[in-house]
Amino acid sequence: MTPLDRIRDQVTNNTVVLYMKGTPQFPQCGFSSRAAQVLQACGVKDFLAVSVLADPEIFENLKYYANWPTFPQLYVKGELIGGSDIMIEMYQKGEIQKLLEEAQAA
Amino acid sequence: MVTPDDIKGWITEKLPCDHIELDGDGQHFQAVIVSPAFSGKNMIQQHRLVYDALGTRMHAQIHALSMKTYAPEEWAAR
Repeated sequence: MTPLDRIRDQVTNNTVVLYMKGTPQFPQCGFSSRAAQVLQACGVKDFLAVSVLADPEIFENLKYYANWPTFPQLYVKGELIGGSDIMIEMYQKGEIQKLLEEAQAA
Repeated sequence: MVTPDDIKGWITEKLPCDHIELDGDGQHFQAVIVSPAFSGKNMIQQHRLVYDALGTRMHAQIHALSMKTYAPEEWAAR
């Protein structure tokens, strides 16, 4: 499987996927830490967190998957929602709570 | 080392901006960008336009860029 196939597999087989530096418990970048906090604040317990630092293939190729150059990246039902800025802004507007709730209910 | 003014120049070269603020320490940068090109687009599309303007510099020269993007009407309504 190519790295892009692996990413496609991950984001289609898991409702919520966060690609980040480090883990939600031990984030290794402030942006990744805030992204994981948004998911936790939304009560999302069951999400796949992929540490790009632990997987060099994904680290190198994720930027090509959705043509998005930075980490972290949040995918819901296979679709790129955004990085930490977008997650935080959507959280402040109450939008991401709704999106995640609907995705998990479906 | 990349300066906030460098990034401001790279963005405005490709993207018409009504207003742009850039701050940063050479590693992490923060931007506020208002562009008519953002009208009718969602946040992901707006951020993508900024990344497109920066092109490969985003990978090679900029460690992290945090941004807030606004269409002129969003900026006025803030």
